[in-house]
Amino acid sequence: MRNPLSKTVVGIPPSGIRKFFDIVSEMKDAISLGVGEPDFDTPWHIREEGIYSLEKGKTFYTSNAGLKELKIEICNYLKRRFNLDYNYEDETIVTVGGSEAIDIGLRAMLDPGDEVLIPQPSYVSYHPCTVLAGGVPVVIELKEENEFKLTKEQLLAAITEKTKVLILPFPNNPTGAIMTYDDLKEIAEVVIEKDLYILSDEIYAELTYGQEHVSIASFPGLKERTIVINGFSKSYAMTGWRLGYAVGPAQIIKQMIKIHQFAIMCAPTNSQYAGIEALKNGDADVEMMRDAYDKRRRYLVHNFRNMGVDCFEPFGAFYVFPSIKKFGMSSDEFATKLLMEEKVAVVPGTAFGECGEGFLRISYAYSIDNLKIALERIQRFVERQKTI
Amino acid sequence: MRDKILETIDKNSKVSAEDLAIILGTTEVEVVNAIKEMEEEAIICGYPTLINWDKVRRERVTALIEVKVAPQRGLGFDKIAERIYRFDEVQSVYLMSGGFDLTVIIAGKTMKDVASFVSEKLAPMDAILSTSTHFVLKKYKEHGLPLIQKRQDERMLISP
Repeated sequence: MRNPLSKTVVGIPPSGIRKFFDIVSEMKDAISLGVGEPDFDTPWHIREEGIYSLEKGKTFYTSNAGLKELKIEICNYLKRRFNLDYNYEDETIVTVGGSEAIDIGLRAMLDPGDEVLIPQPSYVSYHPCTVLAGGVPVVIELKEENEFKLTKEQLLAAITEKTKVLILPFPNNPTGAIMTYDDLKEIAEVVIEKDLYILSDEIYAELTYGQEHVSIASFPGLKERTIVINGFSKSYAMTGWRLGYAVGPAQIIKQMIKIHQFAIMCAPTNSQYAGIEALKNGDADVEMMRDAYDKRRRYLVHNFRNMGVDCFEPFGAFYVFPSIKKFGMSSDEFATKLLMEEKVAVVPGTAFGECGEGFLRISYAYSIDNLKIALERIQRFVERQKTI
Repeated sequence: MRDKILETIDKNSKVSAEDLAIILGTTEVEVVNAIKEMEEEAIICGYPTLINWDKVRRERVTALIEVKVAPQRGLGFDKIAERIYRFDEVQSVYLMSGGFDLTVIIAGKTMKDVASFVSEKLAPMDAILSTSTHFVLKKYKEHGLPLIQKRQDERMLISP
């Protein structure tokens, strides 16, 4: 028999998170600080709208790019929150979560051999999606001394003649890093000068603390070069609804809709109706959740520093990314040992790229009460390592 | 800072001053002082516990009584409201707009307790014109919190 498998797909390593997930699932009564989704339920008025759409028999496909009303609300929202101007007719597509938008955005832009710059540590899907789209991933290793921001110098050093797309994953999962207006300005200049395109994954845009998120698409000359990806999962606690979107130049969005139309048809209809309600009446929910995350963020950073673990202050998403370098263990070893000895599950930084070595991703999508118990255990563990 | 403290302890008065200071990004001294001041100013009036009595003891009934009152010259409703709320059985007293004047919520061991309170204590008061008593059959939610067990965390233990 012939080998049924694609060499490209087989060549993609399984997600580093998967491996750890298997170990954790074996452990009973483990406390996890390992999730990448909110602990809040979707606000009831949004769920209620989803239920109502089912009751009314909204059980058919929508148009490929999504419900008109939802696209209009998306554009209103982006204008209101981030001062972005898009029209709903040909610059907006509703997708199955932000993840689909990453996939089809890359596929719409890449030809074989095109290089994609991927700052890491970052979300697990940019690298494989680039490979699946025929592109060549080029990793830029973000540094703790730069607060895990992308610098102009690093960007310039990574650009070759084949570079086509820069992925901009901020606010960042797993580091919690954000890019300010000034940080982005330097990047914007290089992007224009070197004629690049940007895939800006802004799924955590609502979750920044002490400063507002800035979208690179709001810089002059950048709207033409940027696909902005966002969605409902993180900001409205709607992960299971699978609802995201992309906005960008009409010519790119048009090709994304083509792929979406053949591969997906449309995003789930009931989720789209719920999404309209979220954008229309959900601002207060977002604020409530952001406020809760901010409290937990301070709580975690304070406690890690108190127990002598180096932890840079993150200003976005819902993760802290403490350094465990001084304990003389790899991230994998540390995380495994912590799980075995104290039954606390965290994700090794290496799951988000090799340069995540020496760090752990710790999620604060948990109540303070949960965090407190987990922190007590981590502290016990850390103190034992010091005395050895 | 006061608003932030109040918002945080509104649903959970057990948060310690130390933790409050950390999560609000301030010092413990400031939190302790702010709380003390708010207690003195009767902004914070107590720290009760939300108990679902149905689960521990059957013999406890709650009733909501609509009361019509003749307001007294110079005192309005305050004097009569005070005369009512001083009874230990009375849990809450609200002045209302609409068809009646005061809502009185009372708790007793039995329906008979409640009935005798209404007929012997409440109704005979001079200023009270009429009462209408409604018994609570089941409580679902109080103080913004549903009276149910917390759900298990259904999320996958690890996700990207």
